[in-house]
Amino acid sequence: MAVADIPREPGAGVLPDVDPVERRPLLATGDPGFHGVTEAVSRPVEWKPPVGWYVALAVSLAMLGVFGVAIAWLMWEGVGIWGNQVPVAWGWPIVNFVFWVGIGHAGTLISAVLFLFRQRWRTGVNRAAEAMTLFAVACALTFPGIHTGRPWLDYWMLPVPNQMAMWPQFRSPLMWDVFAVSIYGLVSLLFWYLGLIPDLATIRDRAKSRVRQVAYGLFALGWRGSARHWLHYERAYLLLAGLATPLVLSVHSVVSFDFAVSQLPGWHTTIFPPYFVAGAIFSGLAMVITLMVVCRVAFRLEHLVTLLHFDRMAKLILTTGSLVGLAYATEFFIAWYSGNQFELFAFTNRATGPYAWAYWIMVSCNVLSPQVFWWKKARTSIPILFAVSIFVNIGMWFERFVIVITSQHRDFLPSMWDYFRPTFWDIATLLGSFGLFFTLFTLFVRFVPMVAMSEVKGVLPQAHGHGLGPFADEAMDPALDPDRGARHA
Amino acid sequence: MPDGTVWGALAEFRNPAALLEAARRVREAGYRHFDAHSPFPVHGLERAMGLKRSWVPLFVLVLGLGGAAGGMLLQWWVSAVEYPLVVSGKPFFSWPAFVPIMFECGVLGGALGALGGFLALSRLPRHHHPLFASAAFERMSDDRFFLSIEARDERFDRRSTVELLSGAGAAHVELLPLPGKEA
Repeated sequence: MAVADIPREPGAGVLPDVDPVERRPLLATGDPGFHGVTEAVSRPVEWKPPVGWYVALAVSLAMLGVFGVAIAWLMWEGVGIWGNQVPVAWGWPIVNFVFWVGIGHAGTLISAVLFLFRQRWRTGVNRAAEAMTLFAVACALTFPGIHTGRPWLDYWMLPVPNQMAMWPQFRSPLMWDVFAVSIYGLVSLLFWYLGLIPDLATIRDRAKSRVRQVAYGLFALGWRGSARHWLHYERAYLLLAGLATPLVLSVHSVVSFDFAVSQLPGWHTTIFPPYFVAGAIFSGLAMVITLMVVCRVAFRLEHLVTLLHFDRMAKLILTTGSLVGLAYATEFFIAWYSGNQFELFAFTNRATGPYAWAYWIMVSCNVLSPQVFWWKKARTSIPILFAVSIFVNIGMWFERFVIVITSQHRDFLPSMWDYFRPTFWDIATLLGSFGLFFTLFTLFVRFVPMVAMSEVKGVLPQAHGHGLGPFADEAMDPALDPDRGARHA
Repeated sequence: MPDGTVWGALAEFRNPAALLEAARRVREAGYRHFDAHSPFPVHGLERAMGLKRSWVPLFVLVLGLGGAAGGMLLQWWVSAVEYPLVVSGKPFFSWPAFVPIMFECGVLGGALGALGGFLALSRLPRHHHPLFASAAFERMSDDRFFLSIEARDERFDRRSTVELLSGAGAAHVELLPLPGKEA
């Protein structure tokens, strides 16, 4: 089906495909049926991948190689290879860390928060978004691991008995960060894997070779799709979503405490936790759009990841982008209203000082560019979606750059003032982290079903069990399932 | 297949409505050891089959609270007992500063409880099962719906059980052998 055929909502000028029972736009267009969903999603896992996939893998691996070299050189030579220098002691590694953790928030938002809000359109994109979360968290965790230049001492951050008889200092937000981000990574992995079990069973059951059967079968755990399995599965999934929702809010709040608990003007503000969380969801959704725009075309999933999905994500981007804009404005208001000259200086310096170029890149990308999503035409135009998602990715990296660098570079004493410049190795490390991210994602789309088949099947109109089958009339008897109406409401 | 070598009967249905109806009929016929299999959760099935609520929430509650308590206990023991250190003039057991890690540990415990509870109650992983002997069952995870009745059910009778399933609209019914007893 051509992409141009798809703007499907009332008022779009084209009669929408609507669910005959629920009267809402169909999430999968062209009536694929259960088997059609299985075929469409299993194809990329089972067929010989297109040439483009090998090209993507080669480029990603090359960038990953850059990451390896940058880290090896760092371990050999020390943190002096970076631009970090007093007064800017926290340089790009922390910028990159916060950037990647932020990207890693959309997966759980789409999986957990939208699940709790009964937003069924999540089914088309949740698997890829969760995978993206895991890989972004893996990139993020690399930076605290290496940013001291002594990764062999990382175990000092863990509460393990050691020969020095020393223990971590739990009153520090940096320790909270260790727990928050690593537990977030772990819980995201559990959530992702739980959702994967039924789909791994599908790949197992379709396997033609013994190797695939064993490899996928091992991870499918012997899933038999039993009603009892589904009963426990759905309850576990709901509870995991309920646990992941406060977790995702807490993680970026804790990351913001790294800054907010310090005494530095520009960092020491109470708005940081909500502002960081909104920004994280904003940047993560942008990354989901960037990836899905490419994947749905490359793997012919246009009928499962439709313009309807993009329309919804664009609305969320508009909301969170405007929230972030409100936060920028509030920071300035509070800086002025506080009457604190250092606070006011820090913010005036941000917008008009030597890093004004970075500040205004941030504002243009994050606040201005998403405003096109007020128009439905923009929300359903693939080129505009892709362009804005790239702008948002850039803008959110610059947001962290602005927060981390501009707050430090002009210290309380003007004799301490300096201008931070990244080195070659700063840039290589950032580029390399994208290599890690894209390598993992490229492997993911080849070996793991990238759309949650069982969930998409569950939202097809055929799944209601109405008007079908030899005993459809009896099956629709309300006495059989009195809460059917409530479920579908 | 002679008696004593049959694990049970497996019936295939083409859509969720037929499965729901068949599950209701099988339950009304008095069977207890039967199960339904579908590629996605068919809502209303637990009611048609008379399944009870899942106990997964209990696992989550116990392990979640345990994780939170363990997190706080760890920080108390480290900061106030094993390695007492005055930081920012705060008391050794400055519990408000320990809340974030306590919360994260609680979530970790709850998440492990959800996955562990699901696996334990579903009796998974179990990589071998008599149902996997059926070739038709491979479409369970694709687009077909199945109902299985085990031979250990006291009402199980090869002829009448198969007739019941066929009469309930099954597209295909087969008997599955007990593992190790294949003729």
